[in-house]
Amino acid sequence: MSEPVIRTRGLRKSYGKLEAVRGLDLEVGAGEVFAILGPNGAGKTTTVEILEGYRERTGGEVEVLGVDPGRPTAAWRERVGIVLQETALEPFLTVRESLSLYAGYYRAPRSVDEVIGLVGLEGQAASRAGRLSGGQRRRLDVGIALIGDPDLLFLDEPTTGFDPSARRQAWAMISGLRELGKTVLLTTHYMDEAQQLADRVAIVAEGEIRAEDSPENLRGSRAGPARITFRLGGGARPDQVPGVGPIEWTGEVTGSGPVGLIETSNPVPAVNRLTGWALEQGFELIDFEVRRPTLEDIYLEVTGP
Amino acid sequence: MSSLRLAVHQFRYDQKVFWRNPASVFFTALLPVIFLVILATIFGNDRIESLGDIPTTTYYIPAIITLSVVSATFVSLAINLTVSREAGLLKRGRGTPLPEWVFIGGRVGNALVISLVMLVVITVIGRALYGVPVPWSHLGTILVTLVVGAAAFCCLGIALTSVIPSRDAASPITNVIVLPLYFLSGIFIPENEIPDQVLTVAGFFPVRPLFEAFFSAYDPASTPGGFDWSNLLVVVAWGLGGLVLAFRYFRWTPNS
Repeated sequence: MSEPVIRTRGLRKSYGKLEAVRGLDLEVGAGEVFAILGPNGAGKTTTVEILEGYRERTGGEVEVLGVDPGRPTAAWRERVGIVLQETALEPFLTVRESLSLYAGYYRAPRSVDEVIGLVGLEGQAASRAGRLSGGQRRRLDVGIALIGDPDLLFLDEPTTGFDPSARRQAWAMISGLRELGKTVLLTTHYMDEAQQLADRVAIVAEGEIRAEDSPENLRGSRAGPARITFRLGGGARPDQVPGVGPIEWTGEVTGSGPVGLIETSNPVPAVNRLTGWALEQGFELIDFEVRRPTLEDIYLEVTGP
Repeated sequence: MSSLRLAVHQFRYDQKVFWRNPASVFFTALLPVIFLVILATIFGNDRIESLGDIPTTTYYIPAIITLSVVSATFVSLAINLTVSREAGLLKRGRGTPLPEWVFIGGRVGNALVISLVMLVVITVIGRALYGVPVPWSHLGTILVTLVVGAAAFCCLGIALTSVIPSRDAASPITNVIVLPLYFLSGIFIPENEIPDQVLTVAGFFPVRPLFEAFFSAYDPASTPGGFDWSNLLVVVAWGLGGLVLAFRYFRWTPNS
């Protein structure tokens, strides 16, 4: 990896007695989409606002694009795009005017029309920001952060409060940024968002990193066994099921057939055996499901008490 | 890009925002005109003997100009900067390469221009509807008074934002300060109706001295070219105080 875009060593921040961030080590490489995932109050926004140059740290080393964000310069600001947790727009300016206003602050801005296209607001270019929907407002917010053509983009909870379709649109847009080669630091408390967007995820709780890896590896390394579940239909009894390893039986009480649970690190043969037997015997396997632990399971495990 | 060009860029957008905001247009541009028309309709036939037997309308033109300037600078900035701060716009602006002073400079420039526009509008209405002569021979005095007064009240308005906790509190706090001062300073009620002691006290605050400075330019008995230094100095002192407080206490980040 070349020189990291963001590098922190032992980053700390206290508010009086409260330690919001307790020794965070982060390294984000160029072109990476990095997510800080954690529950509310985990120290995500505090961390990001230190990296953005808004807050002073209590201790530790921080470098962002080779500069200490505690002493931001105008040249450094040219290279950093910021989307704050709260959308901040001037309601009386149109989409195009808002982007033009901010474009004027930078030496080499992207073209306004291009950014309107990037954030998918072609149809709203002449609408005032105050009249946009929540999702559209957030996309304009991201557009303003992109107008200076930054190398590094901070997105603090970009889709909080969105309905599912607005969230999908925002994800598509953020994925598109990857193709521009931007480094993105994203905070979120949505597991699926981190899984969708990030190359690497740091799960943070109580001001500390509890786990850090790619979403796939996070799941893989802590995965444990896959879980196969099914309910026996057609009057089949547990003792008729062929040997596929230990099966945990529950659900007799419902009278609709016993529920079996198999935990195995090698699910394919078990599935093959089980479904082959059911077909042969004419039994149904109701609600048959093979499930790998999701990022959500890992998240709950590492952020839990 | 030079800072000056940036400031002009910022100012152009601040102008757009101002004229599109119905609250700004009503309270800053229309309300002073409405006050003038109402006051002139009620008291327009009276004369003020103690001020050299001038028509009340001659008195009200500089009075309403004073109100317009205070409204376009102090009231507008205190409210609009607070609203922008609480909306996160100041914080966001600070995250860009834009120098901080340009951000504030655009708003101040906007307030100065609106003040000038209102001065012209009130003067023209005074001439057209009430026959109040335009004091051409005092033009220099009027412009200096306008710039000094507007700048001072801008500083005070910016300083005031630091004690306004929320968007909702902005308008009540600002108006609770200016409305009594308008009354005590003889803006609405002609000063011959106000006890001398009250006027003396009002003279320690900046509204009354600014009004007196404008009035002396409109007063037919005054000699051309002279500045009302003593009153302008009071205004400047308040402005400098505001400037110091603004530098010390102004906040860019929302409270909420």
